[in-house]
Amino acid sequence: MKISEKWLREWVSPSLSTQELAHQVTMAGLEVDGIEPVAEAFSGVVVAEILSAEPHPDADTLRVCQVSAGSETVQIVCGAPNARAGLRVPLAQVDAELPGDFTIKRANLRGIESQGMLCAEQELGLSDRSDGLMELAPDAPVGTDLRHYLELDDQVIEISVTPNRADCLGVSGIAREVGLLNNLAVTEPTFIEASPAITDTIAIEVQAKECCPRYVSRVIKGINISQPSPQWLQEKLRRCGVRSIDAVVDVTNYLLLELGQPMHAFDLDKLQGGIEVRIALPDESIELLDGKRVKLGEDTLVIADQQGPVAIAGIMGGQRSAVNGTTTDIVLEAAFFAPKPLAGKARSYGLHTDSSHRFERGVDFELQVHAMERATQMLLELVGGEAGPIREVVSKNHLPARPDVVLRSSRIEKVLGLSLSSSEVERILQGLGLGVTETDGGWTCSIPSWRFDIAIEVDLLEELARVYGYNRLPVTHIRAKLEMNAQPEKHLSIRYLRRHLSARGYREAITYSFVDSQLQRIFNPEQTPVALSNPISADMAVMRTSLLPGLVSAVVHNTNRQQSRVRLFETGLRFIPSESGLRQLPTLAMALTGPRFEESWASSTDAADFFDLKGDMESLLGLARTSEHFYTEATSRPAFHPGQTARIIRNGDVVGFLGALHPSVGAELGLNAPLYLCEINLAPVLEGEIPKYAELSKFPEVRRDLAIIVDKTVSAVRLMEDVRGAAGDYLTNLRLFDVYTGKGIDPKRKSLALGLTFRDQSRTLDEEDVNAAIGQVIDLVEKNYDAELRN
Amino acid sequence: MENLESLASRARSAIASAQNSADLEQLRVDYLGKKGELTGLLKGLGNLSSQDRPKVGALINVVKQELQGLIGERKTALDAAAVETKLEQEAIDVTLPGRADTLGGVHPVTKTIERMEDFFSAIGFDVVEGPEIEDDYHNFEALNIPAHHPARAMHDTFYVDEHTVLRTHTSPVQVRVMEAQEPPLRIICPGRVYRCDSDLTHTPMFHQVEGLLIDEHSSFSDLKGLIEDFLRVFFERDLEVRFRPSYFPFTEPSAEVDIQCVNCGGEGCRVCSHTGWLEVMGCGMVHPKVFESAGIDAEQYSGFAFGMGVERLAMLRYGVNDLRLFFDNDLRFLEQF
Repeated sequence: MKISEKWLREWVSPSLSTQELAHQVTMAGLEVDGIEPVAEAFSGVVVAEILSAEPHPDADTLRVCQVSAGSETVQIVCGAPNARAGLRVPLAQVDAELPGDFTIKRANLRGIESQGMLCAEQELGLSDRSDGLMELAPDAPVGTDLRHYLELDDQVIEISVTPNRADCLGVSGIAREVGLLNNLAVTEPTFIEASPAITDTIAIEVQAKECCPRYVSRVIKGINISQPSPQWLQEKLRRCGVRSIDAVVDVTNYLLLELGQPMHAFDLDKLQGGIEVRIALPDESIELLDGKRVKLGEDTLVIADQQGPVAIAGIMGGQRSAVNGTTTDIVLEAAFFAPKPLAGKARSYGLHTDSSHRFERGVDFELQVHAMERATQMLLELVGGEAGPIREVVSKNHLPARPDVVLRSSRIEKVLGLSLSSSEVERILQGLGLGVTETDGGWTCSIPSWRFDIAIEVDLLEELARVYGYNRLPVTHIRAKLEMNAQPEKHLSIRYLRRHLSARGYREAITYSFVDSQLQRIFNPEQTPVALSNPISADMAVMRTSLLPGLVSAVVHNTNRQQSRVRLFETGLRFIPSESGLRQLPTLAMALTGPRFEESWASSTDAADFFDLKGDMESLLGLARTSEHFYTEATSRPAFHPGQTARIIRNGDVVGFLGALHPSVGAELGLNAPLYLCEINLAPVLEGEIPKYAELSKFPEVRRDLAIIVDKTVSAVRLMEDVRGAAGDYLTNLRLFDVYTGKGIDPKRKSLALGLTFRDQSRTLDEEDVNAAIGQVIDLVEKNYDAELRN
Repeated sequence: MENLESLASRARSAIASAQNSADLEQLRVDYLGKKGELTGLLKGLGNLSSQDRPKVGALINVVKQELQGLIGERKTALDAAAVETKLEQEAIDVTLPGRADTLGGVHPVTKTIERMEDFFSAIGFDVVEGPEIEDDYHNFEALNIPAHHPARAMHDTFYVDEHTVLRTHTSPVQVRVMEAQEPPLRIICPGRVYRCDSDLTHTPMFHQVEGLLIDEHSSFSDLKGLIEDFLRVFFERDLEVRFRPSYFPFTEPSAEVDIQCVNCGGEGCRVCSHTGWLEVMGCGMVHPKVFESAGIDAEQYSGFAFGMGVERLAMLRYGVNDLRLFFDNDLRFLEQF
């Protein structure tokens, strides 16, 4: 909230500069967000009265004014529409310095001399209003320096009050804190309560007692609010960011700012019968003060007369009973609406008012009668009228309970690590308005009605720490039993994986977990994603079921910025709804496009292809020493190239896939070069095996190479699996060292060159052993793969 | 004997002028081979008297050995020259860049999280992760933020349905750990969090690292010590740190932590809005209601929690001035880390 420093100092005025004061309250938990002077620096501006305003002979929009500045009368040429005789306005005299390094000089405006300038609020840096001259009160003393008259040497301190400190949403509450922090007494403004001059009251029936445990009302008749509020009142409100409306509204706002008590005034003549405080009936609606008509929910507390709701309790008044310039009789309301039933209500109507802000957080429930007396006294003084007696409807059982809170001195030491003297503890707690009784080993504290945030012992500990000063509390180091934790060797840290991909040229990307549902549908048309009920925009409306939409967008972002060679990876959750519930799966995705190598004297300029990505992917599987458990097989999937897509399988489960983006999808996304993508579940990649040593053979190995011709459709890996089975136990290594198609080979077939290595643990293998194994392999490939040997 | 001397002299000059090992081999054959000239002389010894034979034989052998030696020397010299020539031909520009692929790298957010994990792991904290789509209970209720609590407005929550949210902080992971394990606990929880807010200084997704310590003797002063240490180690500077009372429903007492501005050293600048201070994290003692929800005895145990925004700290550490860069994934940005 915004608070005027002068206003605060009327209550308590420590010998601190504005900055020091701001620092002090900040360090006590009332964070100062900003300090601004109420007016920019200016000088040479006085209160003046326009004696006459005649049209300028040579300019339609200008007027020539004779202006009294007290001791002298000067001539001013002025263009403001509201310049008129009798008006008191700020006059910047010759040589006056105005905000923006602007010095007033004698001027000649179309042949007429002007000896200064009459000012609008904006020209003085008081507000943004520039629609006319600033109109001062009719009794403003002519000739007085304006800064002095308006008490402009003041600062607006903006404090960010946390939700637990509703008691500091008024000058009085902040003054209480400042008083305690400086060991100073706080002076409340004194006034004489008005005694009732009339007997008029309005009938009040509180039906929803738990929502409104206290309702205080008073009838005031015969007021006159046709004139604006006095300057001092307008100024105080303005400094706290509140616009002046009329005296009645201004006074209620004044008390909201000063005491933190929201109040409301109804035009008595517009009310039909008595007032009910009740829950809205089905199908009720209300036209609010801001002109909006809202349909009321059946959990909303309203103030109603016989005709229906006249206000949403604690949030905003209604148009029908609103006070305006012709109002003479009013009903003033000061209520305590309980925080819980009110919580979230304003927001449900798209509203947030000064009143709802306070009631939701908790208004002092003993304050209402006092606020009513103060408002009455102010009103009668400002706009006349006669007050009826105060009517109070209270349901004590429904007022917030304030059970005593026990504070043990041992806990101060234990939780804060601090020993405080008893007298210091008592000084702090009493300064906060708590009743403090010393007991064995501590204190019993009664909690004041304005503190909604003190219910248990730690709340008191916080108060002690806060007022004592967090920065004065000791600094120690944690002491703990150091037990070693299990670190399963089988489990590979994701860090290795990230570093591995980095070493292979991939950059880690982090993309949003919510994506464009259109884009995602291209990749995952069959999966219905988790949708957000309040997305921030349409392109971030659903949770990703795949990391690819985000990663592909990141690739496009870069290729659109002259980066032709892009390698990205991302790890993170994807969100898959299933019958057994939502699965949040840790996933890795990779993307690769552009040349195989960075342009270099030593490298080819070939484009990378499927096998570059596959090699990178396979190298990952080796990290946890489990690559032999994985295999790939051809597959097809939406958005992917039908002939260049494989799924990755471990132990019979599909754990991922890789492939080329379908060229037409790529073209649609604006990609010029093929894009290769891989997505794989992280868990199977990271779950490895502990190495187990196998005896080294002392005997030499024998290598045989075999070139066979098979159909192009044959899966080389499948064939190798079978070869491995047929070659027998001596086979220690099997390599595919060449794949050839072209000249000399049937165009439908391909040549595979296999290198087989044999070795035994116990003896040197002889020719016969190896020939037998090779024979079995040849039999197998001829029979099962229609293979022929190549010569 | 004239014959032997002229033969030796002829052979010497032929060996000296031989230009390669093939020529040299030919010379060896011509003079010393089975049919060579010198061998011929030796064969001719039979014609001499038995008196002269040993004398002449010895002279021939001297010449033979000399020529063998000369051939060997010449061969060594020629080989060395050949190596020399080959080496000269093999000379390269060693300043050319090596034949290696460019390195990639991890995202600055990951880098920052990993550093934090290292600091805390080294003093016995475990790293724990949890779901990002959370139920209302773990994200709010169990953390003492009941429905309609004003603090919920501080969170700008993304809802999936009435009871399901995108976690607004990583604190629900702490709740899950408290439910599953007995104290003492020392954990940090890094991860993505979500708030329905997007402007120059907010992205709807960002990262947090939150920590929790529960033990029989842990106090606010321990918390202060830990946080001060962390910030010093993170920024590798002796920074002034201050603790300011604040409010979080799940801690009491609660504090915001400010550090002296790392950009201006506390003088006041654009980065710190001319205050000299930067708000970097929140912390506090675990609220008894949070203990109660998790079934931990708040009399026996006390604990503290802290939480920080990773992007914020990464920005301060590396001087990044636009939060949104972290999620554009522009290679020109990523390559800087």
